[in-house]
Formats: sequence, C-alpha cells, structure tokens
Amino acid sequence: MLACLYAPGNLPLLMECAGHFSPLIEETSADTVVFDIRGLRWIYGTPEQIASEIQRRVGVPANLALASNPDAAVHAARGIRGVTILPARHEAAILAPLPIYLLGGSPEFARTLDLWGIRTFGEFANLPPRGVVARMGEEGVHMQQLAHGAGRRRLRLRVDPLAFRQKQDLEESIGLLEPLLFLLSRILNELCERLRFHGRFTNEIRLCLKLERASDHTATIRLPVPMLDSGVLLKLLQLELTDRPPQAPIQRIELELLPVEPRTTQHGLFLPASPEPEKLEITLARIRGMVGAGNVGAPEPVNTHRSDAFRMRSLGTAKGATPPPHLKLAFRRFRPPCPAKVWCTHYGKPARIFSAKGEGSIVACAGPWRTSGDWWTSRVWNYQEWDVEIQSVGVSRIYQDHLRGEWFIEGNYD
Amino acid sequence: MEGSAAFLREQIQATLSSRYEAAFFTKKMVGETLPSVVGEIPRGALTEIAGPASSGRTSLLYSLLATVSSKQEFCTLLDIEDTFDPESAAAAGVRLSQVLWVRCGGNVEHALKSADMLSQGGGFGLVAIDLGDTPEKIVRRIPLAAWFRLRHAVENTRISLVVVAQQIHAHSCSALKIELGQRRTRWRGRFFGCLLDGFETAAQCVRNHRTQEHRFTISR
Repeated sequence: MLACLYAPGNLPLLMECAGHFSPLIEETSADTVVFDIRGLRWIYGTPEQIASEIQRRVGVPANLALASNPDAAVHAARGIRGVTILPARHEAAILAPLPIYLLGGSPEFARTLDLWGIRTFGEFANLPPRGVVARMGEEGVHMQQLAHGAGRRRLRLRVDPLAFRQKQDLEESIGLLEPLLFLLSRILNELCERLRFHGRFTNEIRLCLKLERASDHTATIRLPVPMLDSGVLLKLLQLELTDRPPQAPIQRIELELLPVEPRTTQHGLFLPASPEPEKLEITLARIRGMVGAGNVGAPEPVNTHRSDAFRMRSLGTAKGATPPPHLKLAFRRFRPPCPAKVWCTHYGKPARIFSAKGEGSIVACAGPWRTSGDWWTSRVWNYQEWDVEIQSVGVSRIYQDHLRGEWFIEGNYD
Repeated sequence: MEGSAAFLREQIQATLSSRYEAAFFTKKMVGETLPSVVGEIPRGALTEIAGPASSGRTSLLYSLLATVSSKQEFCTLLDIEDTFDPESAAAAGVRLSQVLWVRCGGNVEHALKSADMLSQGGGFGLVAIDLGDTPEKIVRRIPLAAWFRLRHAVENTRISLVVVAQQIHAHSCSALKIELGQRRTRWRGRFFGCLLDGFETAAQCVRNHRTQEHRFTISR
C-alpha cells in the first residue's frame, strides 16, 4: 500500500510528514510525495484510520490518496480533493472521471487524444487495446494501463546525501581543553570509522561548540588533501583550539566531517621524496599558529600589472612549462615600501636619496618607467620607477607615487 | 602506507646508490647552474651564503630554489623580513607551487623553530632561511647551539639547509660558506637610454677549510 500527498507549494511539510511514517519516500514532483505505508496497519489499523492519521499529521490542506501502486495514488491525489482510498482492482472506477491531462505523456500523445475527443481517464481506458497499440505504440499501452490504475513501477526513492555529523550534549559544561579533546577523540574515531565503512575520506572538519552565555564557537579546518587518520584530525583540532580557544564553558559539541573520494596517488619509487601530507599539515598548522594563517603557503602570481600581486595557495607539483633554472638578477622587495626623500637634477634624474634603508649619492640610474592601473577602482596606482645605484649602499628600485607625490624604495637588486 | 613506501625507498637508495649512482639522488647536490659558479651545495648539511646588499646572494638563493624545484622536489623558504619576490623568483625558473613560503614577520625565533620542524618532518629538498635584511645585532644573538641543532636536524637527510645573511654566523656548524662581494654594477647604454645589466660578483667559498675564489656575472 502506498500513500500520496499533494499540496502545491508545501513540499518541505509533505516530506517531513512522509518521513514521519516511512523511510521509503519518493519526491515525485515539487508538490507531490509518495511513500510506502505497508505495515502501518499494525500501528494505526484500517486504511481509513491510517489516512486520518496522515491528514492529522500533515497540518496543511492536502489531497491524500492511498492505492496499491504509486501512479494510481498520484493521479487520485492530484485529481480528487480530500482523502481517497483506492481499493485493489477498483482503481479504474475511481479514476474514470479524472480529466485526461492528469495522465501526462508526450505532447504528441495529448494532441492525438484531443483530436479523438477523449476527455477523461475512463474514456481512454475503454478504448480497444489493439487499436491503441496500432495507433500509439508502446506509449499508448503504458498510458492505458495508468488510466486503468494498473501501473507497476517501483518507488524512485529519495537518497539522502551521506552526512558524517555527530552532536553531543554535555551534562556538565566543559571549561578545559583536555576533557574536550577526549570527547572529540571519541567522536572523531566514530566518524572516521563510518567514513571508512563508506569508502570515503574527508577534506574539511567543521566544529561548532555551543557555549554558556556566549555565541557559538565555530572552527573550520580545510585540508589540502583528503585524509582519514583520526589522530591527525584530532591534532589539527587541538592546534586550532589552542590558537583560538572558546571564550566560555562548552555545553554542546557538534562535529562534522565532509566526505570526499579517497586520494589516489601513484608514487614513483625513484621520484624524489615529498613531504607526507598528514605530517606536513600538522607541521603547517603549528607554523600557522606562530606566524599567522595568511603567511604560510605557496605563492602564486596574480594576473595583473600591479607590482607585488600574489596569493597564497597550498603546496603542489607544478604543471606546465617553467623556464629552466638559471642564475638571474633577483629582486628583494621591501614590504611595505620604504619611504624616502629624493633630490633630483634639473633633468629630473634622482641625484641623492635619504631613507631608513640607507642614504647617499646616486652614482648611476636608469629610467624612468611609468606604470599605472586600476583607475577604475579605489586601489588606483600611478608610479614612475627608476633603477638607481646608491653609493656604498647597493642597487635599488625606487618610485615616485604621482598620486601622493612621495618617493619610496621598492626593494633592492641582489 | 605512504610513510612505509618512503622508508623502503630510502633503504633501497642507501643500498644501491653506490652501485647505480645515476638512478639516485646522491648526497651531493645541487645543480646544473651552480658548479661553474660556486660548486656543489651539500645535502644533509648547513650552507651559509653571506654578503652585503646587492652582492648576488638572493640571485644565488633563487637559483638554488629553481634547481631543486626543477627536479620535482619541494623547497621551503623561511623569510624573516618578508622580502621574497615571487615574480623575480619565477623569472629565475623557480616552480612557485613547490616552494613553501613562510613569512615570519621579523621574528627570527619563529623562523628557526619552523626550520627545525620542517627539517624533522622531512620530504623537502631544500630548506632556506633568509636573514639577509635582518639587522646584524639580532642575528648575532642567535646562539651557536641553535645552529648546531639545525645542523643536527638535517644530518643524514636529503635536505640542504641554506642560510642567507649579511655575515657568516654558524661558523663550524656550516659545511660550506660562501661569502659574496659585489665588484661592479654593469649598466648598458648612456643618459636616458641607460639600463641596469647586472652585477660582477666575487665569491669566496670555504669548504673543508679550503678556500676557493670565484668570479661570475649575474645578468638581468
């Protein structure tokens, strides 16, 4: 026995109601839900009693139909207001007055029925089957079976996405890190076991701690590679909580691991060794704790003409061509650029410089080079750059910011 | 699993590298570009590159990073004063995605601790500490024990530990000391058409108490 609920615009309520009665649920469309109610007679009794219980539970005006197959239940729920119970072998009689457009089918099928003057399920069901096969083919036979209320399909069950989440309410609030880690260790072990059972790894840990008289403390740890070692995950959580401890005693722990496909890497025996991802991640978490999260990573240049534009990424093997290694004049950048006072000659060339990084006469220079950009944003720049050799200091790149009229040392050639 | 594979690989390398040297990375390293300049940089030991500003020490460091990363190895740069320029390094052939850049915000202690942790973890081909713009009075405060500890951390590993500074500090802890001094800046053209062309640099390499002089040009 199957039940169908139809209520336009109330799908979440329908799903919740269906979930209360059965785990086998089909989300047929945005306004229709079909679910299996076999076995409910042991709890509620007759189909009428089951129907009244479902109606009481749904809480909004909805059409309900109980039938032995999903299609008959759907058609009855969509076409007949209130509660409809279709006893076995009596479906055709109950469905007969329903308008034919509820049957669905291809536009060509609908047009043909319209030309024939067929307006209800009953009229279509009464057509001779051989004639329907000859004129409409397989689709006609299937539709006539549906019009009879004799569909034979199975439910297309809704599959919940795998969730690896665990909550734990604490009888007594925890204020120290050590007992919290003990509980986290147990939860992590269980979640990792479940992940292993489903053949999944994780690449993100989400922790939410409900605190006493304070807003929730949340932490998200994104891993560069999928992992499944509960010890490593616990260590990462410990480092995160040590760096950013909760500000009040903890009442509830919620921990979620996002499942991903396991990593599959083929290592060459004679390729150079690379750092073990789990060990490296713990080391990097420790270093991030010392120097700050944004200060650790692999630099990646950004596609812009602005100088010193880069972003931090996680380590990885380079793909694509890179120039062969060679000894080339390198640049050391001052962050932030060092303010300077520059005296220029009549021709506009820098002649003498004073700054915190050194001062002296400029014995040789090259330039100027004008650069500007981002004029369409608030981060506009407009520089005039020079390469200068400062006596007994070194060779530097300096620039004049035309917007502010100030000079800066950008860095040294070294 | 990965750890045991790495252990097996190390064992096989240790056993067979003497017989089939071409198939393995041996303890001596680095580079196609450097031998003609300063010779090889040793693995499992500390190397110091020292010199004043504009002496070519950063060019040498970037060249080392480029050579190691081109062999698909990973490198670490512990940048105390945040002076690393990714654009310039990429132009020298450094594969930036294989370089772990740690910006230490002027804190030498953080850099030394990080170097120790990363060396203990293993898997890197080069760990470089850039003290090039750190004031000398701060670098001199690093106790000799810290250098010994670092040397000990990389001993019997495949890691080349390189320290760039203004002066030599680790003394007996370093297996190779390279002292650089700029001899001349090369400019091309005259007046407003003048361009910076590079440096002529002199390097004094001290290895096993033997001193060698090298002169080379770093072009732009």
